[in-house]
Amino acid sequence: MHRVLIALICIVAAALGASPLAAQQKGQRILNVYNWSDYVDPAVLEEFTKQTGIKVRYDTFDTNDMLEAKLLAGRSGYDVVAPTGYFLERQIKAGIFQRLDKSRLPNLVHLWPEVSQRLAKYDPGNLHAVNYMWGTTGIGYNVAKVREALGANAAIDSWDVVFKSEILARFKGCGVHMLDSADDILPAALRYLGLDPNSTREADFQKAADLLIAIRPSVRKFHSSEYLNALATGEICFAVGFSGDVKQAQKRAAEAKSGVQIAYSIPNEGAQLWFDNLAIPRDAKNVAEAHAFINFLQAPEVAARNSNFISYANGNLASQKFINREILEDRTIYPDAAMMSKLYTVNAHSAATVRILNRTWTRIKTGR
Amino acid sequence: MTAPRPSATHDDRLSYEGLSCERRAYERRSWGQRLVILIPYLWLGVFFVVPFLIVFKISLSQLATALPPYLPILDLSGGIDGVSQFFAGLSFDNYARLVGDTLYLSSYGRSVFIALTSTAILLVIGFPIAYAMARAPRRWQGVLFMLVVLPFWTSFLIRVYAWMTILQHDGLLNHLLLTFGIVAAPPVWLATDSAVFIGVVYAYLPFMVLPIYATLERMDESLLEAAADLGCPRWKSFWLVTVPLALPGVAAGALLCFIPIVGEFVIPDLLGGSGTMMIGQTLWMEFFGNRDWPAASAVAVVLLGILIGPLVIYQHLQARRLERGG
Repeated sequence: MHRVLIALICIVAAALGASPLAAQQKGQRILNVYNWSDYVDPAVLEEFTKQTGIKVRYDTFDTNDMLEAKLLAGRSGYDVVAPTGYFLERQIKAGIFQRLDKSRLPNLVHLWPEVSQRLAKYDPGNLHAVNYMWGTTGIGYNVAKVREALGANAAIDSWDVVFKSEILARFKGCGVHMLDSADDILPAALRYLGLDPNSTREADFQKAADLLIAIRPSVRKFHSSEYLNALATGEICFAVGFSGDVKQAQKRAAEAKSGVQIAYSIPNEGAQLWFDNLAIPRDAKNVAEAHAFINFLQAPEVAARNSNFISYANGNLASQKFINREILEDRTIYPDAAMMSKLYTVNAHSAATVRILNRTWTRIKTGR
Repeated sequence: MTAPRPSATHDDRLSYEGLSCERRAYERRSWGQRLVILIPYLWLGVFFVVPFLIVFKISLSQLATALPPYLPILDLSGGIDGVSQFFAGLSFDNYARLVGDTLYLSSYGRSVFIALTSTAILLVIGFPIAYAMARAPRRWQGVLFMLVVLPFWTSFLIRVYAWMTILQHDGLLNHLLLTFGIVAAPPVWLATDSAVFIGVVYAYLPFMVLPIYATLERMDESLLEAAADLGCPRWKSFWLVTVPLALPGVAAGALLCFIPIVGEFVIPDLLGGSGTMMIGQTLWMEFFGNRDWPAASAVAVVLLGILIGPLVIYQHLQARRLERGG
């Protein structure tokens, strides 16, 4: 869906969510959730309402920027939101989130200590957030079209296919999408150039921008969620996107029996490992309900159901015995130790660096 | 409420001067009239001046990762010191950035270019439509008028989305072009400038047609008869009589189109590509993409400045026409 429409829906939803009249409907308990698009098994939400009687108003976004724009404006009306690690860190510093009341979250015993440890880098002491899902930013592609363009034995295992303009140009005809997210694409370009993905030097941004501007003519669109359906329907054949979204495209194409076969690859040079986390804004109205929801999502069976549905790895160790084999053993979803060591995480930047980063990103998108 | 007091003294003075009841009634009515005039001013004050001042204030502040995302915040609890600190923290840095960065200048330039070009196209298409409507038999005019207004019954956003399906790769337009053998291979429409022009011209056509129609419809046709009696050929009387008389409508239509097109966001965002941005998109990106409220506010203030120019011209033309008419 288009972001303007999403924005409109969000504004309407926020207005509804904030209206005291709606909240007082005969003691009906309500929870307003703002999560990433295609990021939950809808049956899980129904189950939650059935068990607790709490009605869930569920809105979606497709970039961290959109979420942060809502949160920074204040009074977003949301009770549970899902920022990625480096955004979470800045937002905690800005005083957006309240501390979690862990006594109301007994299911946290099921968490995967390794993931919680990595999350602690962004949220020291794990005071404000619980990991929901984690994944990588890599390459999604249409297997047949890639063979057509690169030959039958071609392997997509390197960022070369993205950043060598003569290779990416071969996919121009069948359609290339790229995430509209400076924090996902620029670190990948920096890594490919052998630079620090967390660099804050303007000269490094410049080099990454030069690289990306060279491949810009082959990119049909910068968008952070359209590629899921576009890959599945064959509208495009190549996308730089999130692991689980590509996996969902794979699943949808298979279910539609359209003959489109989609695959996901984590390039050998390494890719970004990110963590999306559940947190409660300071001005949330339904704090008890928010805790109940987070706790519910961390029940091992529930976490497994979500992972099975959206094809993302979660931060819940006990859930793994309920996760389907083809997901748990898929090394592009749960990477092995060798690949894990090659993945990098991205840090929170200062406001000044964010401004340069965003400005660079705009320059890339407009091709100037 | 202090309104009644001056009104009372006014009345006293009037009766002291011994003016007639009639005059007094007039004075009383004028208070009612003043109240009526006050309402639009109040409206402008609450919904234009106050928001503008807030936006202007934010445009002078600095970006910060905070809630709200800018500094300084006016803190009245700090007393005089707080206020003076607040003013010390304001600066015109954001405006300097607008001038220093080609992105903003090019998006302003592009917006004005698109608005001017589309207004010209709209005029070329809209004038004949309005002319035909005004010359159509009376009983048809109501129907034609309805046909022009009818698209407004559907949401603007949905109409633009409809254009997306018409213009997409395997959409209606390409099907037609291929069936009639006009093109050999389907051209790309979506995410191009042509798509933006098509969308803008489609969406704003009624705003061009209706004002021109309104002036043409009121035109005194005996002027044309007089021209014909004096041996003026029809094309010449069209040029010497009809067009000059339609000019106020043309000016109104052109401004009604030009001003909103400059700030247009939805059409270029849905139909255009990410290669070039109009100022509305730049503003959106600053606010939602970069969470840079100060920069977004500065862009908005400058945009307003650009739009006030044509508005002043329009006001001037309107005033002149009223003078001539009255």
